[in-house]
Amino acid sequence: MFVVKYRKVFVTISAILVSLAVASIIVFGLNFGIDFKGGSLLEVEYSGVRPSQDIVEGSIKSLDIGETLIQPIGDNGYSIKARDITDQEKKEILVALGSDATETSFTSIGPSVGAELVRKSIISFILVLIGIIFWIAFSFRKVSKPVSSWKYGLIAIVALVHDVTISAGAFAFIGFLTGVEVDTLFVVAILTVLGLSVSDTIVVFDRVRENLRIGRSKIFEETVGESLNQVYTRSLITSVTVIAVLLCLVFLGPSSTRIFAIVLTIGMFFGTYSSIFLASPLLVIVNNIQNKKKKTR
Amino acid sequence: MFKTRITAFIVILVGVALGFFVYQSEISNRNLESGATATGLAKYPFKLGLDLSGGTHLVYKADVSSITKTELSDSMDALRDVIERRVNAFGVAEPIVQIQSGDFSNAGEERLIVDLPGVTDVSKAIEMIGQTPVLDFRVENIDGDAEQEATVDENGELNVDLYSSMYKKTDLTGRYLQKAVLEFDQTTGEPTVGLQFDAQGSILFEQITKENIGKTVAIFLDSEPISIPRVNEAISGGKAQISGNFTATEAKTLVGRLNSGALPVPISLVSTQTIGPSLGEEATTAGVKAAIFGFLIIVLFLILWYRLPGLIAAIALSMYVTIMLAIFKLVPVTLTATGIAGFIISIGMAVDANVLIFERMKEEFRKGGEIPESIHHGFKRAWLSVRDSNISSIITSIILFWFGTTLIKGFALVFMIGVIVSLISAISITRLFLYSLNIKKKNKFTNFLFGSGFRSTKIITAPAVSK
Repeated sequence: MFVVKYRKVFVTISAILVSLAVASIIVFGLNFGIDFKGGSLLEVEYSGVRPSQDIVEGSIKSLDIGETLIQPIGDNGYSIKARDITDQEKKEILVALGSDATETSFTSIGPSVGAELVRKSIISFILVLIGIIFWIAFSFRKVSKPVSSWKYGLIAIVALVHDVTISAGAFAFIGFLTGVEVDTLFVVAILTVLGLSVSDTIVVFDRVRENLRIGRSKIFEETVGESLNQVYTRSLITSVTVIAVLLCLVFLGPSSTRIFAIVLTIGMFFGTYSSIFLASPLLVIVNNIQNKKKKTR
Repeated sequence: MFKTRITAFIVILVGVALGFFVYQSEISNRNLESGATATGLAKYPFKLGLDLSGGTHLVYKADVSSITKTELSDSMDALRDVIERRVNAFGVAEPIVQIQSGDFSNAGEERLIVDLPGVTDVSKAIEMIGQTPVLDFRVENIDGDAEQEATVDENGELNVDLYSSMYKKTDLTGRYLQKAVLEFDQTTGEPTVGLQFDAQGSILFEQITKENIGKTVAIFLDSEPISIPRVNEAISGGKAQISGNFTATEAKTLVGRLNSGALPVPISLVSTQTIGPSLGEEATTAGVKAAIFGFLIIVLFLILWYRLPGLIAAIALSMYVTIMLAIFKLVPVTLTATGIAGFIISIGMAVDANVLIFERMKEEFRKGGEIPESIHHGFKRAWLSVRDSNISSIITSIILFWFGTTLIKGFALVFMIGVIVSLISAISITRLFLYSLNIKKKNKFTNFLFGSGFRSTKIITAPAVSK
């Protein structure tokens, strides 16, 4: 299988992709929304023709609610972003906007709730990683030769980090283009990518595990190559089915889950890529490094 | 074989019955006039979360700095009860009031989360919740001149607001109540509620009881009578006992309510979210549309790519969808926009197991295995990878569920149920149906049926066994 043969090329490609993603995150930055920072978001819709943005900005400026960000949404509405305002202050804004404007949604998040989300996101992320390493190490425990079952888990994690970084990098770029913010759903999407991406890697590793047990080829490299040959179609198809429904969600689904679905689609795509083009080559590389160490001893 | 076919038939029947249940309960729910009480199948509607039905989500922070650790959980429970009662009085259908305990992830902040479906007037809701309830004692209205207000409710029953006219207020209110305790009558063992007034309250209580021997005294909470005991004698010392036909739980609740005349814990609002009903409706329609299209694409793909096994997988997938919808209705699972997204993704994932199995089957088939054996091996050999890959998704969804805001829980729960149900539908149901078809012969036609993709599968017939 050419993927194993040219493994260094593919690992390099992945390294470049990850570097690009990291660069994107550093340059464009992840734009954290009110879910994390605290603040409020008021969405209104006008029954008649909406007034121009200048007028709206002017009428809100006179209120004492600090800095606001006003953007047109839909055909006839505005979204107003501000610090976390009280119910009274919200009423004042609505009065200032005029009687034509009706509130369609309002979210106000205190800073402590935002801080909790940050903490919980980090903890969940770490827990999912630990959970997956342990699960793979456990289910691959019988195949500790030539590569120990722990290393399968660790390589799966490398592939995961690869997928997540690229997804986050892509998101940073999308955020730069469209002003989309990182919200709770982004975190859910990233965590779900973790689960889905590892599913794919497991399909490949499972085949390696089985072929090792049968023991047709003595050379590890060949076993991995053969396994890849056998399973890449099904690995692709399982991802295609998920990506197909995700695209339905992106194009037809509710706007509230659109970004969520986009992040998942990107994650799913690279998850499939990494299980074939990164995880398997890494498995061979790790094995070769081990062998070299043994020889030098 | 006969047994397999009978089982397959029963499974199909169950699937059809579930489908009928989902469909019929939706229809009868649609036809339900607003305000009417649901009966029969209409009792099982899809339960929509706030983001789909519209409503208000409030998060309060409880100030527990003055409460000792041992009392913490009791005070939070009491707080929830008080708020729940106030919300109920507000007339909200199916409100949810829950405690979110402080832990390391939220810096130990004790929170109270209040979900009010259908309420978009936040200001009124906030006011209502923040209001202190009034506990007061009233005596019989001897003048009898008060007018009785009579109303007819939607069920056509006559409601006479008897109590507020029959009783008149006294000076004794919850302000003078020191505490209420759960007691048991020493002779009958019946649960009763003991009241202890403070010094001033004791005097007032003695006075009231003295003046009303042989009459009733009503205890009102938020202008509603919660207990109307009869006074047998004048009571001094500020101790009273309310005996009614309480069950132990009722008495305990009453004690909680009496003790919570004021909020046991001060609260402050930290987060609000309101979703207008039109926004929710749009989201629901879009979610359903995405789900239907996603489902059709997968079914089409399965049949075109995997042919006969694909068709069977498509039937299994339809059963998966039906089972999931029935679970949503019966449990019931509160559906949010994220939950619907989770469900749609799970449709794409539910066929993963089928793909793994069919590819494996094909492999065995190409190697020259007979059809029944290939099916058998396909299921057996693919099981490990199916199991391992699904467990990683389950691990993620469990952690997401713990992660916890309503939004995320909605997703995680649906996703987790989806993975588990799909394991059953994709493996057991598909296998059952495939076996019950009992295709054994290998010829051009069956080769086509069990082949896949665009290329025609090469026919390898097994070497004839020499006799």
